[in-house]
Formats: sequence, structure tokens, C-alpha cells
Amino acid sequence: MVMIPKIKVNIDGKPIEVDKGKTILQAANSTGIRIPTLCHDPRLEPFAACRVCMVEIERGKSTALITSCNTEATDGMVIRTDSEKVLKTRKMVLELILSDHPKDCMTCGKCGTCTLQDLAYKYGVRESRFFEEPDGGIVEDENPVIQHDTSKCILCGRCVRICAEVQQDYAIDFKNRGFETETGTPFGKPRRDTTCVLCGQCVSTCPVGSLVEKQAVGMGREWEFKQVKTTCAYCGVGCTMYLNVKGNRVVKVTSKAGSIPNDGNLCVKGRFGYDFIHHADRLKHPLIKRNGKFEEATWDEALSLVASKFGEIKAKHGPDNIGVFSSSRCTNEENYLAMKFARAAIGTNNVDQCART
Amino acid sequence: MSFGSGSMTNSISEIKDCKLIFLIGGNPTEAHPIVGLEMKKALRKGCTFVVADPRRIWFAQHAKLYLPVRPGSDNWLLNAMAHVIIAEGLENKEFIKTRTEGFEELKTFVKDVTPEKAWEYTGIPAEDIRQAARLYARSEKSAIFYTLGITEHTCGTDNVRTIANLALLTGHIGKSSTGVNPIRGQNNVQGATDMGCLPDRVHGYQYLSDATVVEKFEKAWGVTLSRTQGATSPTMFERMNKGQFKALYVIGEDPVMSEPNQDYTIRGLKNLEFLVVQDIFMSETAKYADVVLPATSFAEKDGTFTNTERRVQRVRKAINPIGNTKPDWQIICELSNRMGYKMDYPSPKEVWDEIASLAPMFAGINYARIEHNGIQWPCPDTKHAGTKFLHEGKFTRGLGKFFVLPYRPPAESPDKEYPLILSTGRTLYHYNAGTMTRRSAGIIHKTNDCFVEIHQSDAGELGVFDGEMVRIATRRGEITARAEVSEKVKKGVIWIPMHFVEAAVNKLTKDAYDNITQTAEYKVCGAKIEKL
Repeated sequence: MVMIPKIKVNIDGKPIEVDKGKTILQAANSTGIRIPTLCHDPRLEPFAACRVCMVEIERGKSTALITSCNTEATDGMVIRTDSEKVLKTRKMVLELILSDHPKDCMTCGKCGTCTLQDLAYKYGVRESRFFEEPDGGIVEDENPVIQHDTSKCILCGRCVRICAEVQQDYAIDFKNRGFETETGTPFGKPRRDTTCVLCGQCVSTCPVGSLVEKQAVGMGREWEFKQVKTTCAYCGVGCTMYLNVKGNRVVKVTSKAGSIPNDGNLCVKGRFGYDFIHHADRLKHPLIKRNGKFEEATWDEALSLVASKFGEIKAKHGPDNIGVFSSSRCTNEENYLAMKFARAAIGTNNVDQCART
Repeated sequence: MSFGSGSMTNSISEIKDCKLIFLIGGNPTEAHPIVGLEMKKALRKGCTFVVADPRRIWFAQHAKLYLPVRPGSDNWLLNAMAHVIIAEGLENKEFIKTRTEGFEELKTFVKDVTPEKAWEYTGIPAEDIRQAARLYARSEKSAIFYTLGITEHTCGTDNVRTIANLALLTGHIGKSSTGVNPIRGQNNVQGATDMGCLPDRVHGYQYLSDATVVEKFEKAWGVTLSRTQGATSPTMFERMNKGQFKALYVIGEDPVMSEPNQDYTIRGLKNLEFLVVQDIFMSETAKYADVVLPATSFAEKDGTFTNTERRVQRVRKAINPIGNTKPDWQIICELSNRMGYKMDYPSPKEVWDEIASLAPMFAGINYARIEHNGIQWPCPDTKHAGTKFLHEGKFTRGLGKFFVLPYRPPAESPDKEYPLILSTGRTLYHYNAGTMTRRSAGIIHKTNDCFVEIHQSDAGELGVFDGEMVRIATRRGEITARAEVSEKVKKGVIWIPMHFVEAAVNKLTKDAYDNITQTAEYKVCGAKIEKL
């Protein structure tokens, strides 16, 4: 192990020791001091676009305002995260961002988990001294999973960067200039016709309501969802994810940075491949085939029939004429029980999984 | 085997720190997207990629060295790499001396497996093979990653051992970010194997050939266990086809879609006296059942899955069962009770406790300990933190063993009548038989029809254009699919995904199996393409 040298800094009057090479933001976080951010995502390189993470540092006799997300903490640095100057600047930055953002939180699906909303609340920014009619709107795109509303975009670039840095798909980027600037696909092409793989990583990182899960629109407010932590049921990577549930319905799937092993990342199947849960084709009743046709049956009828047929075949032909195929899709507990069922209840070692992979 | 146990030797979190990744027969950006992201992280940090695959996949496009290997010839490539490592003195002599056995035999054997000879079989220039061997041997942290492109052959086990030879030659094993890593395909394929759903062993890799194991489980379960050798699924299908098998209970699998040679599979199922299928949808297999039992999806039950890095993780019930369905564990218990063998568990937690109590490798894992994060087995007691990477200092089997493995050709090679090599696999968007993903709006928006990848020069000879529907035939059957003409797939090779019931590629694949694991040869058979 390579030992990383430590440095000493002072944040808000509190002396702390951190690894050399950490940013001011990381140093503050490590001691529990929260600096607000909008364009920061721990999965991405620092970008310093939003300017709300501004802090004040002593520089000789004067002080300077710098962005904490992309400035390395150096030995002896004296940092203020809550000085009057910092708070005044932060408020102004929020006013500038809000000048080009619709104030329609009452209908926005992100309400309750929107970082901009939280910061406006925290710093009491209700009106903006600067005013520009927000332009743009919902981008027309046939894809059923990602909704992009350019009017709500605050140009933090997280979607662009996660697509480039993490996914390396380069499907979206900034375009135009000044107030006209927005993010989107090349030439505004439908996502289907671009390198976009519909992974929804852009949705996962958007701090505001600009990029959202289309299928969750109108399905409930954020605070109504129960988040159930579970493991993805597709491939063998085993990503940790949260099923967002309202009533008896899975409304959307999310993950959190720091989750093992996926660090908040999910693919198109994990994030958007959940509709099968509520699909109309789901089998809902036991079925027994009579005269070549399936008929609905009760559990009692179906299980009695299976038990008696297995029993009959076992008695007549011996247990080794019966086999059990278990599943790589089922849980460990179910596989164990299937194995035990074959060996203890039927009395055969004919147990296998179809996919010998 | 070579090391003594079969699973990833490293963890997913170690991937980003690899200095060299030798990726062979795997397409992580599509089949294991989040492992793909970790590899992309490594790429950004300057990791060198050597990629061997008949298809020019994402990582092939970003590799330092891309080896477009002919399907079924991996053995030549890997043995020739071993040849180069020894011939150029790149082997780790200290490691070979202290931790391995059988080196001299391997050395003698690979002496004649020159890169020039390998060129004939693999289609890869000798100099590229030399370069690959040098890059792999010289890097400070080399890791090999492979998936089904290596195992789905009649020589699958041989391939895996030939890969292990390379790691043993160079000592690239048993260290962080350095090892041999098969990435498992399905969410719980690791777990299903760990849980003993195999004819020769119970869970925790406890073999029934060992009398003490039999005794232990007879006592724990209160039954007399059968001493008769169990049958694997290919053997069961063989017996079904001969009419020598009576009943089958299929839980959460769709062999009609996933087994090779669909026609043969269906004939077998039709021969059964009684077929029970337990699933969440009316699968192709369920259509042949006498009784269909409706199970719940993963969102409606509690339990655990074990991922490819051996991590046992929680699955949690988020919603109540849809309709009149029940979780699989409950159905199995109720059925067992009716058959006179008592299974009485209040919840999956108690099932897990029994699992842990009967297998030392899981003894330290319980629901309380994995409440927040999963634990990687082996985990022998509740103080143990789990095992991040295997084989540090010592292999499970003691010394690492070199295997001498001459080339064995695939069961069916291309010929005059069927001149193309057909290979099959998964795509990013769909999953296996497609029963789940094809019912998902976002996914079918991006892709929802079967296609066949064909090299442009083969397409040119056949007069086939991009986007045209074509007929693909083998000795076992035929399907139609849309032609995707490009340079992605190697000349002489065609590739078809396995997800589409209306163009089920397993109508075409051959029911030939690996001699040890009985994994089917999905990656090679002779095929032809015709214009419609």
C-alpha cells in the first residue's frame, strides 16, 4: 500500500487533517461540513459550472472566492464555507440560475427531490433580480422512458458528462450559445437513432426536473414512494437498486452513488426493464391442462394433482424417472429448496439447471 | 480444476485498477453493462486492452490489440500464447516453482504450438499472437476476463484450463486486480450452482461421492438419500427422447428457448407423462405442461441472489404478489408437504439459516449481516468479513496445475453445404428468452426484431443487402431474420441473438456438449444464408 501524505486545513474554524490531493469539497464532506452543489456528482470529474459550491479562502491579507469542487486543498489553507460573502454570492448564483428556470414546482415531478428547489428554500431565494423568460420545453421523442424538458435545464452538464465519462456513449452534448444553450442529441435526432442506449444515466444524475423517467410522470409525488432496496434480477453483476413503489405498483427504479457493486449506475434493463412485473400477460392462476386446453384451477387442485402424479410415477417407475430443473433466475433459498425437494421429497439426484453456464 | 474452485478470482471494484485486461469471448458493454462501465473506467486510467473475439465489439474498437479469432479456435490462440511466453522467457519462474505443478509437461507440449501454426486455425497473424503474449506477460497487473464465448463449446472446459495455464505461467493470479475472471450470465447462476442444483453435489460444493457428506445430510434432513448417480439436463433430455423418463418439474426456466436444437427439446418434453412448469409467464416450455404454477417476480418476494463476484445480496419484497401467485419457495414447500416430506419455513430467512448451518463456506453469512451490503463467500464465521479475491498465497487445491490440452475441433465445422460458422449470444437490450424484456416498452422501442450479423464480403457474395430479410438454415432447422451487413463480425462467421421466439436461434444450434460440464456448443455450428 502506498501511504498518502496528510495535510492540515482549517474549515470554518475547525482544524482538520485530510489526504493530500483531495478537493476542498471532499475535505469538508469528510468532516461533516456540507457545501451545496448542483453540478457535482462523485462519479464524475469536477466541472465547476454551477458556482454554488463557492467558498472563501484567505489569501495573504485579502480573501478570494473559489469553487470548492475543483480546487485542491493545500496545507495550511484557511477556508470559510458560510461567511457573509459566501452566502451573498451563493444567493446571487441561485438567482441567476432561477432567472432561466420555470417556477412551476407545484406540477414538477421532481418536487421534493430537486436540488435547486432545496437550495432556493435553504437560502430563501424566492424572486430573481434577473429575469429571462425560460425557453424550450419538453423535447418530442418517441422513446417511452426518458423525458427531457429543456426549459428546466440549468446547464450543469451532468447528463452530458455522465454520457461521455462513464457511459462513453457521447449521445448528448451542449448546443447553441447564451440563453439559447441547451443539451440534446446531435441535430435533435430521436434518441433511438443516436448512440444513446437508453441507460437513463442522464436521468439518474439530473439534479432538477429536466430529465425524468417518462413512465413515472404523473404516477405520484416523490414523498409518496416507498423505496425498497433490492438486487437487480437481470445479469450476474448484481446491481443494488431501489424499487420505488406506490400502492402495489413499481413506479420507477433508481440507485444511489456508493452502492455496491454498481456505485449508483444502472443499465437499460435494470433501470427500465421492470414493466414485465405488472404486464397483463403475467400468469395469475394455476392452470391445469384438460383435453389439450388450459383451465384455471385453485392452488389446492393444482398442487394436489402434482403431488399425486409425482407420487404415482415414483411408485410405478421409481424416483429416477422424475427430474427437477431449477433456475438461475430464482433466489438461493428457492434453489436450495428445489434441490432439497428433489433429493428428500422425490428421492432422486436428477436435479440440474437448464443453463449449464 | 486448475486452481480448485470455479468463479471470479477478483471483485468488480478491482477492475478499474487493472493495468492490462485480456478480454476473450465476452462482451461486457452489452451482456454485463455495469462491469463494462468499470472496464471503461480502467480504460480512462490507461489500462491496456487485448481483445479476442470474432466480433468487433466495443472494447475491440478501443483495444491496443484486437484479435479477430475464428470461433472454436481459442485453444490454438491460448496455447500459442503459452508457447511465446515460454520461448521468450517471460514466464514467472519463482511462481511456477513454488505454486504450480506440471510445468515441464506443458512446456514440452506447447513447444510445437507455434504462433505460425496457430495462424492457420485462428486466422490471427503470428506477430499479433506474439504481441498479445508479451503484453499479457509483462504487465504488472494483468487480468483475464471471459464469458460464454469460451465455455459454450464442446471444448469449453479445455478452454478454461488453457486460460488458467496463462495465469499460472505468469503468476497473474491471487493479487488485487490480477486474476482470472469468468463473468456469470444470469442474476443467480452463481447461486444456483452454489446451492447444489447439480446432480453430483449438494450446496456449498459438498460432493455426494463423499460418504461423510451423505451421512451429514441424511441426519440433517431426516431421510435416506439416493445413492444413484443423478442425471444432468442433457442426459434427462436424451432419456426423454428415448421415452425413458416420465416426469419433469421445471422452475423458472424455458428450455424450449434456451436449450440447443429446439426440435429435439420439444420432442423430449412431449414424450413425458407429466410436465409441471412454474413461471411468471406462459413461456414456450409452459405451453407443453400439464400443470402450470404461477410464481411471483423478484419484486414480490424476499431472498438472496449471489452475483458473479460471489457476493450474497438481499432481494426484498416491494409489492404483494400479483393475482393469485405465490413465491417459488412457498410453492415448493407446499408441494413437498403434500408429498409427505415436511418443509416448514416461516420465511426465506429461516431457509437461509439452514443453508448456512449446513455449508461451511456460507456459515458466517446471515440476513442481519447483509442488511446493508452483501458478503462475498467463502465466509466461514460471523467474524469473517468475506473474501474479496481468491487464491492469495495458496490455491484451493494446493498447487496450481498446468493442463496439457491439445486442440479438439468443434462438433460441427463449416463445409460445402453449410459454409458459414453460426455463433449466438445476448444483446444489451434483451435478456435470454426475452420473456421479461420483450414486455418492456423502453427496450422494445430500441430493438424488437431478430437480426443476423454478416460480414459485408460474405453478404456481397450472396447478394444480400443491409436490412433485407434472409433465411438462415442449419442441419436442424431454419429461421428468418433481418441481415445486418457490416464489418463487425469476422468474415465467414454469422452471429444471431437468442432472444426472439419468432426467430428462435436454438432451432439452429447443435445439441453437442462439453465433455465435462455438458454446456452446449452455442458458439459454433455450420450454417448457410439464403435470400428469400
